[in-house]
Amino acid sequence: MGDSASGVPASARHEGSAQPVRPLVEASGISKRYGTTIALKDSGIVVTAGRTHALVGRNGAGKSTLVNILTGLQSPDAGTVYFDGEVAPSIGERDAWRSKVACVYQKSTIIPELTVAENLFLNRHALGTRRLISWSALRRQAAALLETWSVDVGATRMAAELTVEQRQLVEIARALSFEARFIILDEPTAQLDSPAINRLFERMRQLQAQGVTFLYISHHLEEIYRICDEVTVFRDARHIATAPVAQMPPADVVAAMTGDAVALITRETRPRVPTSTLPVLIVDNLETGAAEGIFTDADAISFEVRAGEAVGLAGGGGSGKREIAEVIAGLRRATSGSVSVDGRVLPAGSVPDALKAGVGLVPQDRHAEGFVAGLSIAENITMTVPDRIGNRVLIAPKRRDALARRLIRDLVVKASGPQVPVSALSGGNQQKVVMGRAMANEPRVLVLIQPTAGVDVRSKETLLGVVDDVRARGAAVVVASDELDDLRTCDRVLVMFQGRVVGEFASGWSDRELIAAMEGIEIDG
Amino acid sequence: MADTELDPAVGKTEDAGAEAVERPRSLLLAGLRDLALVPAILVIAVVGYLINPVFLQSDNLINILQTMSEIGLLVLAQTLVLVAGRMDLSLESTFGLAPGVAAWLVVAPGVTHGLGALPGWTSVPVTLLVGVVVGLVNGLLIVRFQLHGFVVTLGMLIVLRGLLTGISGGQTFFGLPTSMLYLGTTLWLGVPVSVYLCFLMFAIGVLVLGYTRIGRALYAIGGNIDAAKAAGIRTDRVLWGTLTVASLLAALGGLMLSGRLASVAAAQGNGAIFTVFAAAVIGGVSLNGGKGTVFGAFTGILLLYMIQNVLTLAGVPAQWIAALNGAIILIALIVSRITSGKAQE
Repeated sequence: MGDSASGVPASARHEGSAQPVRPLVEASGISKRYGTTIALKDSGIVVTAGRTHALVGRNGAGKSTLVNILTGLQSPDAGTVYFDGEVAPSIGERDAWRSKVACVYQKSTIIPELTVAENLFLNRHALGTRRLISWSALRRQAAALLETWSVDVGATRMAAELTVEQRQLVEIARALSFEARFIILDEPTAQLDSPAINRLFERMRQLQAQGVTFLYISHHLEEIYRICDEVTVFRDARHIATAPVAQMPPADVVAAMTGDAVALITRETRPRVPTSTLPVLIVDNLETGAAEGIFTDADAISFEVRAGEAVGLAGGGGSGKREIAEVIAGLRRATSGSVSVDGRVLPAGSVPDALKAGVGLVPQDRHAEGFVAGLSIAENITMTVPDRIGNRVLIAPKRRDALARRLIRDLVVKASGPQVPVSALSGGNQQKVVMGRAMANEPRVLVLIQPTAGVDVRSKETLLGVVDDVRARGAAVVVASDELDDLRTCDRVLVMFQGRVVGEFASGWSDRELIAAMEGIEIDG
Repeated sequence: MADTELDPAVGKTEDAGAEAVERPRSLLLAGLRDLALVPAILVIAVVGYLINPVFLQSDNLINILQTMSEIGLLVLAQTLVLVAGRMDLSLESTFGLAPGVAAWLVVAPGVTHGLGALPGWTSVPVTLLVGVVVGLVNGLLIVRFQLHGFVVTLGMLIVLRGLLTGISGGQTFFGLPTSMLYLGTTLWLGVPVSVYLCFLMFAIGVLVLGYTRIGRALYAIGGNIDAAKAAGIRTDRVLWGTLTVASLLAALGGLMLSGRLASVAAAQGNGAIFTVFAAAVIGGVSLNGGKGTVFGAFTGILLLYMIQNVLTLAGVPAQWIAALNGAIILIALIVSRITSGKAQE
């Protein structure tokens, strides 16, 4: 379809037209802080009417906060938002906001138990006689709305039956029915396969022609060059650059995203682990199916991790790195393929079997899967190894606390003792407890997913230091992450994009190369 | 109604065709889900008749309907709360306390613990007022102070039960004023008023939940409260109102039972909440919120009472009724699981 690959940059389409260039949305001087975290610092954005605008930045750059402020869900500490030159409504006026702007989030705001028609007109149902809801009028309105915007979804279907793609279209149609002509799409392609992405882009072009302006947020730079006219880059809570995409080649965008921030932890380039070393972990033709919300067109993934080797799995959200890591740890069942440790194939989707084979896991979301907040450090750390701290039935508290104390010391957890509940610890120390739980079993294979997300610098060093210790013991390490500091500790890095391994980098890679590969683009020269 | 929607979107021949085939079927299914228990009700009616022909005689049927009507209002009340994604355990205590307070204030001192402080005509308004007050307190604790709904209403269940025991001295109130007896004893065309009232309330329930914005707001809140808020629904106000209406319905149900028995026992409503939850779930109402209909809940309680009646007619000894009541709930759950073909939540 009419990609920018055809040679005409998307923005060029507007340049000849007489349409005056006016800012549809303008946010300036926006600052916002949460506690001690500065989410936005005197930054802003200007979106021109009729031009699809991309907003990019690495995690924590301030994109989500800006979206919340642009949609009126949060008020900025300082700064002003203008729509069409007028100051935005005050925070309480939901209806006024909805007539200006709408956001299609990754998380659905559709109610699954209701029909599409009712979702579209929730709390503003068509009323008939005696102010009762007229279901037939409601269905007619919904059908008309869906037809106006050519959304091919039956109005009477239950919302739960819709695919992600259909659900997004319904949300867009609902936004348009409020007369909003500025729509924010937050990572809309994260859960779509490539034909659906093509259809979404085609739809965006049609709507653009009908006078709708999009703000498009994506981790995939290559998509931005296909669909967007202008791009704004955020980094470290600040606005860095805005330019027409035609004037900003991918290398410049990546440079703006990464900046010249030096790595927190400098590491020497590691020599390659000799191929004669025996593999500890073998991942063979692994596929996680579409049923898991991943991609139907994903290739099978195969790789080996040798004794004393750390392999990074790099990739953004939806790249499949997390899924592969979870399959190795038994947290998720693969649709095909196998995982073996020390030559023995692990039973699929069983955490106990993976533990027995010596797989330790630091899961993606420590609050959800990492620890039980109300229990003590000792109980959390020894949760995976009940047989090491007692017999079949009873737990020996002394042995438990001794093991816990050792891990607390090794990992420098800042707490007065093993009895402190994990909920009382800071984020970094909580993550150390999760690491301790993974280490309690002296793992043969240590799987880390985003191990340093939301932790302070000192904790980060300690956590990544564990990788070296484990490696020195002759065990294998898998680090699934999009944080460069995490990946830098690895002997080699496999880059995943949309469910496929798209590249392999030996230790000593440059930041830009790796980020470009994670974003799915090629940098020439 | 279907023909207005079969207009295929222009230029979408293939997909539109698939839609057209699919739509009437899903419409039909949606309607059928509501009627899932009707076959079971018919089967029980036939079985009941075969066991004892008395079953289908009008006296027996009216008896079933009247005993059902009182608990039925509790089921209706609980259904409203469940659809909005909450639970109200205290309904069974309100069911006893509301008429209990009225009797306590009105009945002359002497035989029972009455105060005789108010004239007889106030008994019905007082009953309903107690229901409203209990609902407002529930709302205050759950909605305003954000306390955990399950535990709050569990606490209220115990407190209200204790209040009734306290004011009655653990004894039964007798000699109720005639206005309290009206709903439970007066016959219209041979059928007690309480049966008409129960049917009327369920009909209003069907109308409100199916055809008003406020009713649909309950489904939205129970289905996804954040999305409901985003749609501009005042979720706090709706929940508070729902809890109040539920308690009011419980008070009305209690009034009907007191009228039929011409007394208020200290234990009135004790344990009824389990039957209420069972009837709602059997009728297809989800304990997770956002799913289920008033009509479904009605068929649920009807099925439970019919099975219970059939067993009584079959000559099951009274000592075994408690065990059987539990078994009936389990049987009815199984029956509805089979006829609806869907996993219960």
